[in-house]
Amino acid sequence: MTTPLLSIKGLTKAYPGVVANDDVSFDIGPSEVHALLGENGAGKSTLVKMIYGLVKPDSGQMVWQGKAFTPSDPKTARASGVAMVFQHFSLFDALKVSENVALGMENPPPMRDLARQIRRVSETYGLPLDPNRTVGDLSAGERQRVEIIRCLLQDPKLLIMDEPTSVLTPQEVDILFKTLNKLRAEGTSILYISHKLEEIRKLCDHATILRLGKNVGECVPAETSARDMAEMMVGDTLQTPTRSTEKAGDVVLDVSGLTLEPTNPFGTTLKNVHFTVRAGEILGIGGVAGNGQDELLAALSGESLTWPDAVKVKGQDVANLGPNARRERGILAAPEERLGHAAAPDMTLTENALLTGAIREGLTNRGFVNWTAANNFAKSIIEKFDVRTPGTHVAARALSGGNLQKFVIGREVLQRPEVLVVNQPTWGVDAAAAAAIRQSLLDLAAEGAAIVVISQDLDELMEISDRFGALNEGRLSDIRPAAGLTVDEIGLMMGGAHGMEVASVGDQKQEGASA
Amino acid sequence: MIALQKRPTPSRALSLATPLIAVLITMIAGGLLFAALGENPFEAIRTIFWDPVFGEFAFYYRPQLLVKAAPLVLIAIGLSLGFKAGIWNIGAEGQYIMGAICGAAVGLAFYPTESRLIFPLMIVAGAMGGWAWGMIPAILKTRFGTNEILVSLMLVYVAEQFLASMSLGLLRNPEGMGFPGSRNFSDYPAANSWINEAAGLHWGMAFAFIAVIFAYVLLNRHILGFNIRLTGDSPHAARFAGVNPTRLILFCLGTSGALAGLAGLFEVSGPSGQINIDFASGYGFTAIIVAFLGRLHPVGILLAALLMALTYVGGDLAQGNLGLPSAAIQVFQGMLLFFLLALDLLTNYRVVLKKRGAA
Repeated sequence: MTTPLLSIKGLTKAYPGVVANDDVSFDIGPSEVHALLGENGAGKSTLVKMIYGLVKPDSGQMVWQGKAFTPSDPKTARASGVAMVFQHFSLFDALKVSENVALGMENPPPMRDLARQIRRVSETYGLPLDPNRTVGDLSAGERQRVEIIRCLLQDPKLLIMDEPTSVLTPQEVDILFKTLNKLRAEGTSILYISHKLEEIRKLCDHATILRLGKNVGECVPAETSARDMAEMMVGDTLQTPTRSTEKAGDVVLDVSGLTLEPTNPFGTTLKNVHFTVRAGEILGIGGVAGNGQDELLAALSGESLTWPDAVKVKGQDVANLGPNARRERGILAAPEERLGHAAAPDMTLTENALLTGAIREGLTNRGFVNWTAANNFAKSIIEKFDVRTPGTHVAARALSGGNLQKFVIGREVLQRPEVLVVNQPTWGVDAAAAAAIRQSLLDLAAEGAAIVVISQDLDELMEISDRFGALNEGRLSDIRPAAGLTVDEIGLMMGGAHGMEVASVGDQKQEGASA
Repeated sequence: MIALQKRPTPSRALSLATPLIAVLITMIAGGLLFAALGENPFEAIRTIFWDPVFGEFAFYYRPQLLVKAAPLVLIAIGLSLGFKAGIWNIGAEGQYIMGAICGAAVGLAFYPTESRLIFPLMIVAGAMGGWAWGMIPAILKTRFGTNEILVSLMLVYVAEQFLASMSLGLLRNPEGMGFPGSRNFSDYPAANSWINEAAGLHWGMAFAFIAVIFAYVLLNRHILGFNIRLTGDSPHAARFAGVNPTRLILFCLGTSGALAGLAGLFEVSGPSGQINIDFASGYGFTAIIVAFLGRLHPVGILLAALLMALTYVGGDLAQGNLGLPSAAIQVFQGMLLFFLLALDLLTNYRVVLKKRGAA
């Protein structure tokens, strides 16, 4: 038996009120792709932060190639050969790729050499990237490449990847896996964090499953069924949302020729977007993040005004109406960013209920706020959507992501919308809460609302939508019935591989370049 | 290396107590300052904080407190609305001057009428003058995206020049033997803001109370006040809630300008008595300290204005009795704001010492 590269023994880390990791142990062997599997909040992030030196464990120890390993900060972790690609990129939009890479290095070489190194690594591993481009102009997949290349330049022995595929199309995922396999063949170990089971079955040699901070099982993914892994992860059998009989009614929401410049300089321009949604129908809109999702939501919620007739509801032009005028007409929205967009962080739940409920719930009288009614509205959201909170006086920021998301979705659903637009309704939400949110959307559709669900979670979209389209660089693909779509077709609708290429295993190219 | 770490839930009790702690620290630091100037610190502090209210001549100083507090309350209430929404009007001093000039000009235009309508008309003119001066940064901000802090501040200096020109030119007292300054409103009963001069009561105090109640109701009971707070907490969420940022900027800068203009009008037609070169006395800047010292809360502002008035009156007293330089009193007021902001930072953040080089 070979010595493991990194051996984790009894790691425990508690935060006030929650034990993030409770006596977790496992080994990562050399040249192994090890999966860390678990729901949101299972403690995966805390665990890798301890390995990366960002968080100090309360107890337990780590052994790196036979020696005790106690990284006090990421610098020491990197010096030992640990590199990490975060789920949320830490890049500066206004700087060039090479500058961003240099900022993350301990001793960056001169710019010219660095640019050459970036080109060399990007060719070797099939991650094409021009070091001179501005990061703000890159797609999410390309930004991830910047992060990966930054790690690879440090010659890591262990590469940690936190949910790397959440920003990729299926084709891009395939290519990333080829890159990772090449790395493994060269002797790099990879700790791969995900909750997507099929990916793990395809890629990983070994999996450790976390639930509520505890190691609840290990398995060889290729020999274990996705269902078994899911049940280990959730600890329960999952309830899949049920759909009542579909009966599509009249066209309620009609978007035609929607073109919109972004308000943010690094946003995406919406280009000639067309779609219709009927009463009782759910339209799923997929696509990699940053391809116009936020802009589409803003155009539908009324935060961005558009040209006349671009957005019509029940035949009436609403393109020139602001958010409150649209709410009067039954058009409601729930944006992706919970804190700071859908809800005000420092305000109480009552105040946040007033935030969008003022008009349809009649919470004001000649401008004067009826706080009792607002409080009752907040209470009914908490009750009907099972929001776990001590009360309505709690500030929005004090709620966990999943609970706040239930509150935000519930707030809109309870206002009996005729059109509801949601962006990333279950992002960062645990499986049970996600199922509840999806069920509430299905129920709302069954009552005759027209619903647009924008999401990057393809499984979610396939589960609840009647029809499906994808955003790619601000353009919307043709809308097709969701039933019967294959993963390949969806991937192509999302824009295929965005100019990626397969890792060039042939080394002649590299030799040719360096000769 | 020293770093600041945001506290997840700042203590509410602590954030309410910071103004009191800031006052205490200011007393200590001020005492040290006075000691360095060769005065007995305890006597100086007593002269500033105790004598005006409870001393031998308190009957004279107490009305003075109200006279000083009234404009501070009016201006600070207006500023607090904008500050809550993240709209920074730093030029209340200019709006105060312009309100005084406009109000006084209307009054003087009808000199020596005895009509009862003249004073209400002056009030309207004063409010409009301040409002118009506040609208300049507002419109420039909404149209061209200029920074309201800079524009409003620079307009103070424009207003000061305007004040000088008015006192020497258009509004100069025709019977004033060529001395600068307008006619004195104390000789103009119909246009006078005093209710009871001996008690220190003028209409400014009445309007200040109304403003406190108005602001309290607006912020706590009205959707517009909710929108102001929402914009301050999260501008993005405010836009989602349908708040029109342009209208909010116009409202906040306009209201604070109008209230500052009112303060100027009541001052010129009462305690000050005339438009003159030295009319501007810094109320517009001190009100910024008052607004923060009062936690941007209407009632807090009322209390903070009284405290600030105390440092003014007590400072005068210390100047007269102990011979402290007037600059020392200004330093004292500045320290108050400094300690308040520093304590605010420490309630919201904790200071962490890190080893150098930690990424």
